[in-house]
Amino acid sequence: MHPAFSVIFLTTLIGVGQGLFLALFTAQSYAAVGFISIDNPRLFYSVGSLLSLGFLIAGLFASFFHLGHPERAWRSAARWRTSWLSREVIALPVMMGIVFIYGLMHYMGWNPNIIGASNPLQGQLTLFVGILGTIVAFTLFLCTGMIYACIKFLQEWHTPLTVINYILLGTASGFMFATLYAAYMAPNLVTMYGTWTIIITLVALVTRVWALIRNARIKHRSSLQTAIGVRHTGIVQKSMGMMGGSFNTREYFHGTSPEFFNLMKWSFLVLVFPAALILLWLGLESETNGHYNTKLLALAFAVQYAGLVAERWFFFAQAKHPQNLYYQTVG
Amino acid sequence: MTQLALIIDLNVCVGCHACVTSCKQWNTSGPAGYLSDDNPYGADPTGTFFNRVQSFEIGEYPNTETVHFPKSCLHCEDPPCVPVCPTGASYKREQDGIVLVDYDKCIGCKYCSWACPYGARELDEHMKVMKKCTLCVDRIYDESLPENERRPACVLACPTNARLFGDVHDPDSEVSVKIREEGGYQLMPEWGTNPANHYLPRRKQKITIHEDELIRADNPLRKEGTHPPQVIEEPTLDDVTSW
Repeated sequence: MHPAFSVIFLTTLIGVGQGLFLALFTAQSYAAVGFISIDNPRLFYSVGSLLSLGFLIAGLFASFFHLGHPERAWRSAARWRTSWLSREVIALPVMMGIVFIYGLMHYMGWNPNIIGASNPLQGQLTLFVGILGTIVAFTLFLCTGMIYACIKFLQEWHTPLTVINYILLGTASGFMFATLYAAYMAPNLVTMYGTWTIIITLVALVTRVWALIRNARIKHRSSLQTAIGVRHTGIVQKSMGMMGGSFNTREYFHGTSPEFFNLMKWSFLVLVFPAALILLWLGLESETNGHYNTKLLALAFAVQYAGLVAERWFFFAQAKHPQNLYYQTVG
Repeated sequence: MTQLALIIDLNVCVGCHACVTSCKQWNTSGPAGYLSDDNPYGADPTGTFFNRVQSFEIGEYPNTETVHFPKSCLHCEDPPCVPVCPTGASYKREQDGIVLVDYDKCIGCKYCSWACPYGARELDEHMKVMKKCTLCVDRIYDESLPENERRPACVLACPTNARLFGDVHDPDSEVSVKIREEGGYQLMPEWGTNPANHYLPRRKQKITIHEDELIRADNPLRKEGTHPPQVIEEPTLDDVTSW
């Protein structure tokens, strides 16, 4: 498939936004049971939510460049019964709304104890909204992943690993950003966030490499034989029916050399995992008097995000569409 | 239930592209808007078409044959492009099974084209909506046309009658009989899309001739001495059969 930068930025940016929200709520639930304490929770959660909302809006903005008629985008919520894309179109604004409300409630202090004031769990209403937000965040990851995983003849995508990788890579980058954010706002959370980032990134490494191995061994079910229905081992296309290009020759081929394709694969394998983790580790080790080297942590996030852009490029480029069987020879 | 479809007979298609040009002419001239082209006479031409004729070479020289292969939307009975459409612009008509795109609802997200294994959908680069074969839905029901012209433009244009049009759910229709009796098949059956369009395979006309059938043992010219006599030691078919 031809990787579209609009979709690459949509999926990576909302991944960071969702992951950042999950990180904020992780901190709140830890704080609620007394694992950690946050000095200025009002500012920490509200600014964090604003940043998360910023990533989600940036992703939504990028997605409009994918559309031929962005002014009709509102129509795309219509077919949520059958279309994962439609479900994503609904889940994304819901996610934005919940992140906004979550941040606003923290900022305004709208946080009554809805279960009971005598309950030791404090901040119950925002916890409740946070749980809702967590459900929506995972739903959005599921929708985004299923857009690709549900197309059964794109065999590189048609696997639960697609959804799992969207969840893990998005969450990893969100926690990475949360580590950087905490270094500014709540340095005592940096170790907790950094540890989670390392754990999630390592799990993502396993599932992403698993997907790579699976796709390297894939046996494509369609062939020239099934495409034109002729039972012969020696079929060669002599003409695709046109001398110039068409939508079919542009949309389904990545159009780059095998060397570039491999370069992208190794780029993301290095940038997302070892490079980002080493920088994160150095950032975590840089603590002096409760202060961290934010430049190192920012670099770790930037390197991982750049790697995720390469990862998403590779994800699209790797998928071999069966229609390509019909478009092999100019003539 | 009616399911209109095309039957394409690969045995008689000569690859002349008449169906391609007549399709383009009809469908770029209709009320639904043009099928845009860029640089049609330039160095890098590109354009939107509903129908393409491709050519494949089967086998190795000298045992080769060329198969011309017209390809357009197959109007699948279980079309994978329809459920993925987020707006409902892509739909399959209840009354005749034609898969259509509502150009006024399409947002141009291209997701349906990803979900079509046949590459039957092409995005119009100027109207920015997805386009595909309509089975000439604006012609086949047009009562101002003579009845024999209420067929898709490609079918009318085909000089060898390689394209047939009809209801594949009616067991007695011409197209159903062709599919049944001449080995009609579907493309990429492995994906369960159940295409309504069918293709008829190459069918070779072959007779088996034995060597002694090539010799006319009782050739009167030989008996009369005009031609040298044939020396045949074994009895021939003429000796042992009474025709």
